Amino acid sequence: MLKFSEDHEWAKLDDDICTVGISPHAVEQLGDIVFVELPDTGTSVSKGDAVAVFESVKAASDIYSPAAGDITEVNSALLDDLAAITPENAMQNWLFKIKVSDVGDLESLMDEDAYNALIG
Amino acid sequence: MAGDWKQLISQVPRQKGRIPQIGIHLLSCEQGIRPVDIKQTPLYDFHIANGARMVPFAGWDMPVQYAQGIKAEHLATRNGAGLFDVSHMVQVELSGSGADAFFERLTPTDISAVAEGRVRYSLFLNDTGGVLDDLMVARLDGNLHLVVNAGRAQHDIDHLRQNLGAETKSASTKIDVHHDKALLALQGPQAGAVLSSLGLDLDGLHFMDIRRFELNSIPLVITRSGYTGEDGFEISMPAAAAVKIAETLIATGKVTLAGLGARDTLRLEAGLPLWGHELDETITPTMAGLKFALSKKRREAADFPGADVILDEFTHGPKRRLVGLLAAGARPVRDGTILLNDGVEVGVITSGGFSPSLDRPAALGLVDAGLADTGTIITAATRGNETPMTVASLPIVPHRYFRG
Repeated sequence: MLKFSEDHEWAKLDDDICTVGISPHAVEQLGDIVFVELPDTGTSVSKGDAVAVFESVKAASDIYSPAAGDITEVNSALLDDLAAITPENAMQNWLFKIKVSDVGDLESLMDEDAYNALIG
Repeated sequence: MAGDWKQLISQVPRQKGRIPQIGIHLLSCEQGIRPVDIKQTPLYDFHIANGARMVPFAGWDMPVQYAQGIKAEHLATRNGAGLFDVSHMVQVELSGSGADAFFERLTPTDISAVAEGRVRYSLFLNDTGGVLDDLMVARLDGNLHLVVNAGRAQHDIDHLRQNLGAETKSASTKIDVHHDKALLALQGPQAGAVLSSLGLDLDGLHFMDIRRFELNSIPLVITRSGYTGEDGFEISMPAAAAVKIAETLIATGKVTLAGLGARDTLRLEAGLPLWGHELDETITPTMAGLKFALSKKRREAADFPGADVILDEFTHGPKRRLVGLLAAGARPVRDGTILLNDGVEVGVITSGGFSPSLDRPAALGLVDAGLADTGTIITAATRGNETPMTVASLPIVPHRYFRG
């Protein structure tokens, strides 16, 4: 199940593991990424917590957790090559995985069609 | 939220915890709520056709970047030649026998020393020594040709019109606002070679010179100046000819289109002030490192707005000074971030971002004069964290103007 938030995160749920990234549209809007901060594995997060940071030359953006749970895995390989963070591979470039406490947290998110309508 | 997209950065909250999404959210939001009366330059369609991402800026719909992105456009300008549409800046002409005296009444510039064909950097000052706007003034065919900031253009035109008066009793002064002109900036070490390859004879045109040219029967007014720290040119032309000139420059194959994003990172590295950041009504030229803009003759006469405040600072030093600041880490420190020394506020980041040339974050800031020496370590209070920053001399990246 793939969903999107109004804040341009994508969230993919497999059983109770939610993989989170940011949308191609968001990467395109940010432009050249110069700094990324990811959460620590094992961190407990609430839905809506700012858990990661993306900064481009001109803009800064917090990335929010779409669900409550524990961070189980972080894609720290992203930090080795920020230039590889592009709109083209934004759906493959996941940021972190959460073992969610309540999959119902994701129900308020949009499906892909609704998200595409939002960004026009 | 429409307006100056740079404001987005200055609104980055500095505390930890649940904070409003500012980057992605507002950038995309702005696309949806572009003001209905937003202005387009003569190059609007050209920008779209060349893959620009447009953003509202000072009431204009402007390219913030093209497909290559800010870093690539920045480096292409530093290493070759970048082409910027700066038609949002407003061109104003002062003519008549009272023009010089009128201009001097509002600025600290000895305009009588600006000979035909020369350009000066100048400032509109208020009575407390603050800067109402910064501008370029050139003498061409005897008249004064001003270029003022887009975001201050209406203020400046009102300021000029409201102050026109005293001289008109004995001498005539006329103010013409040239809305029918476009302005392109061609900047970078290859800019001169590009113009020469098109048949323009730049011989004798040095930094801060202005001269009339013609290209494919289009009349141009070119100044050797810019906002990047590089050799470069600002080219004024009839609005109707702007696309043709831009296409001619791009067709040389040596010119990269560059947007407002690169323009900002380039001028930040060059230590050049941006009104609303390094300059405003409360910041004096002495604080902003602009003593060179205070003509000796005018200082001796002490006859410009705010002279008492500015001359006192000129002699004894200002309370705060504009400096470069380099952060220790990889994370940019943004505009508005408070600077601390032993927990006491000693300054503020006026422009904070990323330096593509140095491939690291860089910033400009106003700091207490006692802490303005190069190498001084100051603490930036970023979102509850504390980032050490080192004071760097300006410019952060050396200027490479062509002085002949």
